[in-house]
Amino acid sequence: MGNVLIYGEHAGGNIPKATAVAVSAAQQIAAASGGDTILALLGNDLGGLKDAAAQLGATKVVYVESADLEHETADIRTLTMKAVAEATGSDTVVFAATTAGKDIAPRLAAATEAGIASDLTGVNDDGTFIRPMYAGNVFATVKLESDFKVVSVRTTAFEPLEGAAASASEDLSLSIEKPGNAVEFVKLDATVSDRPVLTEAERVVAGGRGLKSGENFTTVLEPLVDALGAAMGASRAAVDAGYVPNDLQVGQTGKVIAPTLYIGVGISGAIQHLAGMKDSKVIVAINKDAEAPIFSVADFGLVADLFEAVPELTEKVKSLA
Amino acid sequence: MKILVTAKRVPDPETSIKVNADGTGIEEAGIKWVVNPFDEIAIEQALQIKEAQGEAEVVIVSVGSSDSQEQLRTGLAMGADRAILVSADNPDPTGVSRILEKIVEKESPDLVIMGKQAIDDDSNEVGQMLAQRLGWPQATFISELELADGGGSATCVREIDGGLETLSFPLPAVITADLRLNEPRYASLPGIMKARKKPMEEIDAASLGIELGRLCTIVGVEPPPERAAGRVVENVDELIAALQSEAKVL
Repeated sequence: MGNVLIYGEHAGGNIPKATAVAVSAAQQIAAASGGDTILALLGNDLGGLKDAAAQLGATKVVYVESADLEHETADIRTLTMKAVAEATGSDTVVFAATTAGKDIAPRLAAATEAGIASDLTGVNDDGTFIRPMYAGNVFATVKLESDFKVVSVRTTAFEPLEGAAASASEDLSLSIEKPGNAVEFVKLDATVSDRPVLTEAERVVAGGRGLKSGENFTTVLEPLVDALGAAMGASRAAVDAGYVPNDLQVGQTGKVIAPTLYIGVGISGAIQHLAGMKDSKVIVAINKDAEAPIFSVADFGLVADLFEAVPELTEKVKSLA
Repeated sequence: MKILVTAKRVPDPETSIKVNADGTGIEEAGIKWVVNPFDEIAIEQALQIKEAQGEAEVVIVSVGSSDSQEQLRTGLAMGADRAILVSADNPDPTGVSRILEKIVEKESPDLVIMGKQAIDDDSNEVGQMLAQRLGWPQATFISELELADGGGSATCVREIDGGLETLSFPLPAVITADLRLNEPRYASLPGIMKARKKPMEEIDAASLGIELGRLCTIVGVEPPPERAAGRVVENVDELIAALQSEAKVL
């Protein structure tokens, strides 16, 4: 059997948890097939990332450095990953189901005529995979019928490997020609926040349309977010109403999260929002409407006016510290 | 300028979805079917380009059963010029991308706009696959689109995990729409009347000379695991006590 190649996502000189999770999922796949796990790092000047990547538990780290790989554009990276898969004897490529992974993985599948399964939440011993459909209302067992396979894995569904031995590294010295109609990177307006990253946070406080305004997100919700050291999220309704930017959106069409503690404030719990948070370990709902669907998934529900309950909760959480 | 857009027939996002009795798919009785909401955004974008340019043709494609005529009519009523229904028996995203590649070869559009994902299988794959098959640039999850050079190139803003990324590229290209790109219009009554007379071509996928067997087969489906029933707490103090002593997360 062939090896399992992992796309080593990195940003701003760091390797996110998503990449460690992809290595972990790749090891489950390799355990069934008997191959090695190989982590591929693509970039311009990788520097210290090579050492960081060697700590994630893959059998081996391979890297490709080129000025054309400075940015995460799908066209050149697809061609590069295809060449890396060939050079490493890999027959499966694993991506994290981040926006970068979702951008590149299907393109690689088409380039290699591979079967693809996206956003996996489970890997079975018989080589089949589990993936959610219909906003998480259905979980399908799927089988890829091709020899070469591409998958992306949901970052909240797997745990990073712990205590892994350092991997060997190899520079593949591949040179990939950039297509004539290649996409050009113009700029990145990075979200700047002192809070934890939404998809990696242990605690998330999310607000919905019940907050009634963007200003109330700042004056009512944010003090609780910061008292808990949490990340802030929002429902699509709050995003559509223009209260907060879309990168805070939790749900089928936004980010999927699974923190230890999720507190939903003024969120009714539309199907598509529940799809993004119902794997959280402990779910708290604060809503004045006792009939709100979010109470059906909540471990603890507080039927109350959020404009009274949230400030009270904030003060009492602060006094615990 | 010619723009190709897609319209997949999917269950209304507000519909309650249940697994069917034999665990092969979903219970379809009583479902209201709509245009995939992300495809609606793609159609709206194409119409806005047409309106801005004065002269452009918007062609709308659906791959599926003859029932998808309903979704194509919706797109025509919004303002698309003509429709193509490719009849195919439940192809996977790979199959759909192969079909669309053939339609693009036939139609030679300058731009393909699709929804970033369909809300039934949530795959988020076809646009990227189509771009690769055609050897075209792609911009996925876009929230802004600007055409330049008389429609010869485009600049897009993408909604990515770390913020907003701006890319530029020559056309033809494939772009996939995220939520913020626009607010899709409703079909007007005159639009609905006009749509009845607009051309709808039907093509049998089997006539396209491509491999349509699924590379990703569905072995079975199950409902999601149930969460243990929670309880209602009376006040903030009780909530804090529960989070500290029962859940041990504070």
